[in-house]
Order: sequence, then structure tokens, then C-alpha cells
Amino acid sequence: MRSIELLRFATGAIIAHPMRSALTSLGVVIGVAAVVMMTSIGLGAQQRVTSTIAGLGSNLIIVSPGASRGGAGGGGGGFVMGAAGSGQSLKDADAEAIAKQVENVAAIAPVVRGQAQLTADGANWNSRIEGVTPDYLVARDLAIASGRMFDERESRQGRKVVVIGQTVARELWGDLDPVGRRVRVRSVPFEVIGVLESKGQSSFGQDQDDVLLGPLEAVRSRIVGRRARGDTVQTIYVKAVDADSLDRVQEDVVNLLREQHRIRAGDDDDFQTQNMASILQASQAAVATFTILLAAVAAVSLVVGGVGIMNIMLVAVTERTREIGLRMAVGAKRSQVLIQFALEAITLSLAGGLIGLLIGVLGAVAVAKLGAWPVAIPPWAGPIALGFSSLVGLVFGAYPSWRAARLDPIEALRRE
Amino acid sequence: MIEISDLRKLYVMGEEEVAALAGVTLSIGRGENVAVIGPSGSGKSSLMNILGGLDRPSTGVYRFEGEDVGAFSDDELAEFRRRRIGFVFQSFQLLPRLTALQNVELPMIYAGLAPRERRDRAAEMLERVGLGPRMGHKPTQLSGGQQQRVAIARSLANSPDLLLADEPTGALDTQTGQEVLALFKQLNREGLTLILVTHDHDVAASTDRRISFRDGLVVSDERGV
Repeated sequence: MRSIELLRFATGAIIAHPMRSALTSLGVVIGVAAVVMMTSIGLGAQQRVTSTIAGLGSNLIIVSPGASRGGAGGGGGGFVMGAAGSGQSLKDADAEAIAKQVENVAAIAPVVRGQAQLTADGANWNSRIEGVTPDYLVARDLAIASGRMFDERESRQGRKVVVIGQTVARELWGDLDPVGRRVRVRSVPFEVIGVLESKGQSSFGQDQDDVLLGPLEAVRSRIVGRRARGDTVQTIYVKAVDADSLDRVQEDVVNLLREQHRIRAGDDDDFQTQNMASILQASQAAVATFTILLAAVAAVSLVVGGVGIMNIMLVAVTERTREIGLRMAVGAKRSQVLIQFALEAITLSLAGGLIGLLIGVLGAVAVAKLGAWPVAIPPWAGPIALGFSSLVGLVFGAYPSWRAARLDPIEALRRE
Repeated sequence: MIEISDLRKLYVMGEEEVAALAGVTLSIGRGENVAVIGPSGSGKSSLMNILGGLDRPSTGVYRFEGEDVGAFSDDELAEFRRRRIGFVFQSFQLLPRLTALQNVELPMIYAGLAPRERRDRAAEMLERVGLGPRMGHKPTQLSGGQQQRVAIARSLANSPDLLLADEPTGALDTQTGQEVLALFKQLNREGLTLILVTHDHDVAASTDRRISFRDGLVVSDERGV
């Protein structure tokens, strides 16, 4: 006989009881929808973490003051960047020494930070101001949208010029071109010479466009200098020339700074270095673990759905015992009965998987639309959902089908 | 066509071993019209199950057209039933969610006939049993006699060599039962070998040969009307 006929028998039985079939599939629908949604949410989170960390600059090592745990660097606790600025152990001289003595460094950027009230043309705004060197743009992978960045000479001379982020530009001047205008930072007048390209919001909710960049010397002495000593910096960004040299550069920086700071062997560092690659790795691993956990919980409901299918298939085999007996009497082989019932279970499960996939995708899109959480539907969601639902049908349909196939036709025909 | 010798069928019932068939030797020729008669427990149903390939004998030989059916595997038995045997049951055994036509098509699906071919043949079989106009009806929309005609049409679908009817009139009133028996007689006249299993002597009287069973043994085998 032709195998398509067995599939027709299976679908015929499913269509004969639409309500029951729908309820039987419901468990798989819920299971697959949950798995699809959970993995989409997990992948979305992973992508956002990745882009945020990559947005901080690639091949980057962040050196900040304060004791580290044995100087191992990186690790899952690396989310505190920018917050570690309490110590004053980093100096201009450290940055200069790194620039001179460490090889494979593409850019080095010492930074001081402060919060400042801005006023310009009657508008007020409170923003972050960073004192940097021109190399800062290279280190952080930033770009100028209009105007220009200040150069080395302007930086050294402590000229009062700033490059501003898109948020600052909008808040102070709306749609007007800010280049060439004046802004007072804590009453100190600065000239706007450039506007940065937008970097958007970081996954930690910080607006990365709400910033002013000024020459290191000018910002340190006039804005944040009241609290900081004359030659301290809060962070030194070191950009390696490529990903391969990242670890080597980090090691050299650590050794050099220990030497600079006269730290004896065995003593703890008075600074921390964080390597973007290892931060990325650690955070990706953390998010992946979290995704797998969510998906595993969701997968439990898929198994429960499978048990539901097995339950109804066992009922169906009992109910249709006479039908099975008759099919055998008119010449059905045991294997054909087995396949018919297995196909019925697989079809139920697969239909549930299809509907669940649809609901899961729609649900993920809805979550993204509501903006509560970043969502990325993995491209393998479809094949995996359908593959797994078929597998669930096969596994949980196997026992009922086997029961059907081993019925004694005489007993089966006699059953009321 | 059928040769059986010293056929036994033993069942274990608790501690005891019961012989449903206790050594039966018979031969039935092509084109015969035979009734197997006996009270319940006489072994007539066991004989029918073995003849139809639904069951295997415990010992003894069953040859059908020279083939040793007793030695067939499950799959060979399934094919034997499909190609050689047509069953008619007391309780019709129609699938309730299928129409009359679809019920008759069922054996032909297992035989691998193409959809159009089997639909045409199913319609032809239903015409032959006088149910042409009702082929789209479901079993619940048909009377008992009509349902049994559908079952007979189904049993003829794959052109069997042997038609086995187990109490075919048992669920019908006398009038309808007579019509069904007349249909069997006609089919037999057209060349079909027929074995009718019954406990009813009136039903058995419609056949040419009557084999009586008691306690798993043949007690009489008489021919003629």
C-alpha cells in the first residue's frame, strides 16, 4: 500500500475529533511557544549585552584605580566600569609610560570625569563631562558627526573647546547647529567645535549621547580639579592593535604599572585592568546560561505536552480497538497499524509545534513592541521547534502505537 | 481448496488446558457452500479464526490451495487475509466515521489500489449488493440489513477466494436475515466459496453442506438440501 494512505488515516482520525485533538495538542503548543519566547528573549539579551560591550570599543583594556583581586583581570564582575574612580592611583605619567613602553598599542586615552551644570542661550542641562585626549575617539570607537575633534595642540594648551553628544546638542539648542556656539560648563565658557555620532542607550540604561568631551587639562583644572589632584586620571583606556595581542598588551600594562607604582612582588595591585574580550565572554556566558535555564524550564512543559499526547493516544487505542481488529482482518499488517498510530501522535504534536511556533514568534514580537525587553528570534527556532515537536510525538506516541500493533485481532474484534 | 488434518487449538485457562479444537480433519472444495454448525463453545469460531488466518493452530496442518498457512508469519497472514479471505461479522464491524463507500474501499487501500480505481470498484460492489443509492451514507444512517450488505460488499472488495461469515444474520430480523442469506446464495452461484458459521439450523439449511461441531470435534458432515 502507499504510505500516504497511512497519513490519511491518521489525519482522518484527528479531524474526526477536532476539539479533543486541539486540547491534546495544547500542551505542545504551550511548550513550543514557551521555548521559542524564552530563547528569543535570551538571545535578545545576549545581543544587547554584546553590542553594548562592543560599543565601549573593541580590543579595549580599561585601567582604573583601586585594588583588584590578584590582578587576574576581566571576569563576570566587570560591569562596574566607569564607577571605579574613587582611588587616585593613576597619573598622567602612567599613561605616558604605557604609550612609550608597551608594544602593539593602537591608542591610549587617559580620562577624567565629572558631572556639570550646563547653560547656553538660556537653556539648562546637566550632563557628564569627560576630559580626554584626541586618541579617545580611536580608543572608544567614536566618530564625529559634524564639526571636528580638538587636536593635540589644543589639548595641551588647555583650550576651552568641547565636542558634545547628540542629547546635549538637542537639549541645549534643539534643531540648531551647535558648532561654533558657546556653552557654560559650571560657569566656565567653552566653545562647541564638534558633535559626536549617536551611540544610543547602553543596556544599563545610560544615555551614551549625554556627554561632553573636553581637553583633559582644561576639564581637570577647571571642572573636576576641585576634587582631583593635578595629575590624576580616573581611567586609562588602552586599545590594542588587534584581538590577538589583547592579552599580551594587558599583561604588559599590568607589569609596567606595578613597576611604575613600585608594588613589590606578592603585594596587590593598586589598579584594575579589565579586558573587553574577557568581559564580553563572561557576560555572554552568563546570558547563555540564563537562556538555557529559561529554555529548560520551558522544555519541561513540552514534555508535559508529550505526556498529554500519550494519554489521549492510549485512550484512542482502547476506544478504537474494534477498528484496529477490523483493519487487521481486512489485511493490515501490524507495522501498518503501528505507523498509522505513530503518525497520528506525530501529526498532533507537529501541529501543536507549528501553532506554538507561531504563538511564540508573535509573543516575542509583542514583547519587543512593548519595549520591555530586547528580543531576537533565533533563525533556528523554526526547525528546532518543529523537530522537537515531531520527536515528542514520536517518543510519546511510540508506546500507544505499539499497544495498538500488538493487539490480537480476534480479541479486538470481540471488544464492545 | 482447503485441507486440514488433525487440527488442534489449545488454550490455557488458569491451571487447565482446554481444547477448542480437538483434532479436526476436513476438506472443502472450491465453490462449495458450507455451514459450520454448533452451540457456543463447540469450536466453530476457533475453526473460523484459523481458516481466516486470524489465528494459528496449536498443532495439525492447514493447507490453503496447497500453501501451509499454519506456518505463515504475522505479515504473511495479513497478506493472506487481504488477498484470499473476505470476512462478514455478526456485528458488521463498519467504521462509524466512514461512509458506506469508504468502508468498502478500506481493504483496497491496504491492497494498494489507486484512489480512482478503488472508488469505482467500491461503487460496483455496493451496486452488486443493492446499495448503490446509499453509498454516501454513514453506518448510523443505514438499517441493520443495509449495514450488513455494506460489510458484504467490503468482504468482496479484494476478490477473495473464500468468504467467511460468522453469524451474519445474528443481529438481523428474520426477513432481513433471509435477504442476506439469499445474497450469499447468489454469490455462491457466481462461483464464490462460502463458509457460514452459525448455531441456527434454519440458517444452516440454506447451504449445500452442513458440518456439525461439538466439543471441538466434527460430529456430522452432511450434504444435500
